[in-house]
Amino acid sequence: MLKKMNKTTKSNLITYGMVVIAFIIMQTLIATGSVSSLLEGIMVPICIYVIMAVSLNLVVGILGELSLGHAGFMCVGAFSSAFFSKCMKDVIENGALRFLLAMLIGIAVAAVFGIIIGVPVLRLKGDYLAIVTLAFGEIIKNLVNVLFIGKDSNGFHFSTEDVMGLNMEPDGTVIVNGPQGITGTPQDSTFFIGFIMILITLFIVLNLINSRDGRAIMAIRDNRIAAESVGINITKYKLMAFTVSAALAGGAGVLYAHNLSTLTANTNNFGYNQSIMILVFVVLGGIGNIRGSIIAAVILTLLPELLRGLQDYRMLIYAIVLIAMMLFNWAPKAIEWREKHLSFLRKKKEAVK
Amino acid sequence: MNMSFISYLINGLSLGSVYAIIALGYTMVYGIAKMLNFAHGDVIMIGAYMALLAMSQAGLSPVIAVLIAIVVCTVLGVVIERIAYKPLRNAASSLSVLITAIGVSYLLQNIALLAFGSNAKTFPSVIKWSGITLAGGQLSISGVTIVTIGVCIVIMIALVAFVQKSKPGQAMRAVSEDKGAAQLMGINVNGTIALTFAIGSALAAIAGVLYCSAYPSVTPYTGAMPGIKAFVAAVFGGIGSIPGAFIGGLLLGIIEIFGRAYITSQMADALVFAVLIVVLLVKPTGLLGKKIQEKV
Repeated sequence: MLKKMNKTTKSNLITYGMVVIAFIIMQTLIATGSVSSLLEGIMVPICIYVIMAVSLNLVVGILGELSLGHAGFMCVGAFSSAFFSKCMKDVIENGALRFLLAMLIGIAVAAVFGIIIGVPVLRLKGDYLAIVTLAFGEIIKNLVNVLFIGKDSNGFHFSTEDVMGLNMEPDGTVIVNGPQGITGTPQDSTFFIGFIMILITLFIVLNLINSRDGRAIMAIRDNRIAAESVGINITKYKLMAFTVSAALAGGAGVLYAHNLSTLTANTNNFGYNQSIMILVFVVLGGIGNIRGSIIAAVILTLLPELLRGLQDYRMLIYAIVLIAMMLFNWAPKAIEWREKHLSFLRKKKEAVK
Repeated sequence: MNMSFISYLINGLSLGSVYAIIALGYTMVYGIAKMLNFAHGDVIMIGAYMALLAMSQAGLSPVIAVLIAIVVCTVLGVVIERIAYKPLRNAASSLSVLITAIGVSYLLQNIALLAFGSNAKTFPSVIKWSGITLAGGQLSISGVTIVTIGVCIVIMIALVAFVQKSKPGQAMRAVSEDKGAAQLMGINVNGTIALTFAIGSALAAIAGVLYCSAYPSVTPYTGAMPGIKAFVAAVFGGIGSIPGAFIGGLLLGIIEIFGRAYITSQMADALVFAVLIVVLLVKPTGLLGKKIQEKV
């Protein structure tokens, strides 16, 4: 049966299989208690980063535009869904249904932001596009930090000043508290939900890539003018890739928001640092290579945890490993050296095929 | 005119001057190597620490401390270029060198974290002059502010003269125009790129000392935010253009200080980025950027 399938189907099946097997192995290890609680605690973050990396790869690798504001969409998804969950905590008793709705809302809001931001941004090119996405990401983070929303018997109140500015009745509760963010979000995210989300993300992205639309997007990446001259609607397909990517990042944000009891927007979780870290996953895993993104996201999220024994030196080593890996993977001299000295590895691989 | 307005304007010019000095480093490196040097902000931080060490530990005079910071950063910039960026110059993807620059940025931050700790250290001002008071005591301008603006103008004039008139400056322009052709004309391309990094890093050291004199503390993350703002300034003015970086930096500083003073202090950063977006939507290659015609 395997022989009948074409190459892409086979490759996609390998990707799905890899994720499923990794999940089963981890789940068994957790069930038998042979995994430290620390490692167990980063299972959901790993899922989040995998989704972020795969969705960013859609923009960077498939559409070929550098985006440095991906964490901004995660922020939008996280806050909109946490807001919903907190409002509906007492209304919808069923946790699973509430989480599903929160997920849909987070994804939808992130997608809307993707369109709003995508329309102006995608007119630009190259590094200018990159800096504007970075700017949007920072603006989103900044706006969330000055947003105050409260609820009382008269309905919702908004303010950008402080809690006093909400002018609420005495029975009101503050839902979004500016820099303190949202507290008391129900912790609904589990490793299993994260796993399902990864599969859904993969399904959407891989199917998009292998569809007619995906080929149009890649044609734009390879040569914009040539693609335009054969009648491909540039704006439509660019916006499609950008919006899908934003929506998926919003989904990751929903997982993030429901994994922590307190949600705040700061430089480390929704700032450009986060966007850049996701970009590191994508580039290290191979631009345009979805499976590579998954592997890189998992390894690079685990690496600082595994290096924890080295304490203060762990981030130093992380940085050195990152530089060394980039040089080894991409430097023309290193590629030459690899082909000369490590060619036996490749031969072995071919023999297996 | 209202005195506080003038005071804000001067403070904005001062902050903008620091951004402009950093942005010059960004824009020169971008112009010649076509790469975004994300580690540039951290060179600023290293420069500030070096000046601090020289002053507080070795007890040297501020002038010598600044010179030491400049020398250390220049060497650092050249070493970084040689080890981390040069091997990737002809790599298949331009993103690879961007990620390496991010790696270098993490590396510098963590070295500083290990060497100096995460606590903020007080930075003694290198400028002892207390400044001037105008309009019968209504308007006082600190010495740091005046020196910062002065230094920025001197650097700007010197740099334009260097790039336009001198032999190495002409080589720089040639390399940024067309690397291959420059090489055929007998220009040492590697040497020219190294020189650009040296100048950019020396400017970063000066900027670091000035920034930390105005906001007197330094941590391993001090360089990140001015670095990213200066990057915005460079893009704002049209990346690759030296006068563009100067104008972009000054405008950014003024917008930030006015935003903080007249609108809201929490939204000042968002305002800076919003102005950038509006400018780029009207002029997609920045204020003074060259428009590149695409050909098939």
